Amino acid sequence: MTALTDELKLGLDAPICLTWELTYACNLACIHCLSSSGRRDPRELSTAEAKAVIDEMRDLQVFYVNIGGGEPMIRPDFYELIDHATTNGVGVKFSTNGSRITADGARRLAETPYTDIQISIDGADEATNDAVRGPGSFATARAAMDHLAAADFGQFKISVVMTRENIGQLDGFEALADHYGAELRLTRLRPSGRGVDSWHRLHPTQDQQLQLYRWLLDRPGVLTGDSFFHLNALGEENLPGLNLCGAGRVVCLIDPVGDVYACPFVLHDEFRAGNVRDPGGFTAVWRSSELFSELREPQSAGACASCGQFDACQGGCMAAKFFTGLPLDGPDPECVSGHGEAPLASVDAGARPQPTSNHSRPVPVALGPTRV
Amino acid sequence: MQTTADDQALVGRWRLHPRVALRPEPFGALAYHYDNRRLNFLRSPDLVALVEVLESHQSPRMAFDAQGIDARRWPAFQRALTALAASDFLQPVDGRAAQPQATPNSSPDEAGIAT
Repeated sequence: MTALTDELKLGLDAPICLTWELTYACNLACIHCLSSSGRRDPRELSTAEAKAVIDEMRDLQVFYVNIGGGEPMIRPDFYELIDHATTNGVGVKFSTNGSRITADGARRLAETPYTDIQISIDGADEATNDAVRGPGSFATARAAMDHLAAADFGQFKISVVMTRENIGQLDGFEALADHYGAELRLTRLRPSGRGVDSWHRLHPTQDQQLQLYRWLLDRPGVLTGDSFFHLNALGEENLPGLNLCGAGRVVCLIDPVGDVYACPFVLHDEFRAGNVRDPGGFTAVWRSSELFSELREPQSAGACASCGQFDACQGGCMAAKFFTGLPLDGPDPECVSGHGEAPLASVDAGARPQPTSNHSRPVPVALGPTRV
Repeated sequence: MQTTADDQALVGRWRLHPRVALRPEPFGALAYHYDNRRLNFLRSPDLVALVEVLESHQSPRMAFDAQGIDARRWPAFQRALTALAASDFLQPVDGRAAQPQATPNSSPDEAGIAT
């Protein structure tokens, strides 16, 4: 561990970057959606309120924001908000399923400075992707990439959540990114949102974790959002990045209704620090909320204290432990030394915490042919 | 291969890239480059003060002197400046400025991170 990570664990005056989910509305219903998105929430921030949040980021010198959702481009004021951010020194990277990136949309985006686009796919082919993201979603994402390329947008990012079904396609994702001159970004599957159920059959096997670790070590240019630091216990070498849990210390999440959570993977009351509509706004939540103050205190290694790998893996991901029902001061459910397996097996499925915010669209019920 | 501090020294007049913003933090400053969208950590308040006045000196060495930086810290500061120049956070002010031919690997502490 470096002295820098020690300092970062104490928290910063403002986040390095933060994730901001603009809306819970989404035209897709991915089975691992972190925010259980689908339907817009009537309490979502208004345009004026969203701009006030951006003004706070400007004043705090938050240099860039990761915008997501839901599908953020569904918001009618989407372009107005990203323009407001980029003209105020807050760079934007947004994640999209690509459904709103038409030829016209791509041309408009190509003219917007300081904006990065991340298109999500979860398989290198249609079958693998659509099994997770829904029918037609692969073709939609590819069309968006084609439009961006045709509009000379420049380098965009292809973002993939690593699952048991797609780790075998790593080279395929790399080839696809190379085809577009795009950057590849791989992130970890979390048991959050709708992933609370799908994680158990989709998370990588131990062999796949080793395969991924070696693949990433050979490719330091592949982006990971620092999400695989638990794999560092697999070898002598650390993956590039800060390699620490930044929740409430260097990152946080603002959800569509203005609730501030410790990170994008813990949409649960237990990790809600406040709301941007509270007196003092986001700044007060970041600087003085009880939850964030606690997260900046030294954390107990608990059951991991006696493990020689703790310095490398830091005990793993808080969100992964929480939503699988494991103690926060014990091993990660995907601990590469296998210390998570027994505790995981002993948790009763009904005892696992459920996300407290769910905007999934109702599942269509098969009705008789006479009913509409 | 052994390198001396001088091998890694920037020569000539340099300045903070105009598209770089600094945000003060307890450990020094967070630096963000709006063009290449990279972050760097300036891990000492003295280093922050130094890069802010770099442009008004004919060379980094003269800036060290003027800022009263202990000579024992010069090699570390030179390495930090070289790493910043390699990621375009510093730019030469005139044609005589130059950076070392072989850019040394920066330590993880000095390395920029990209998301």
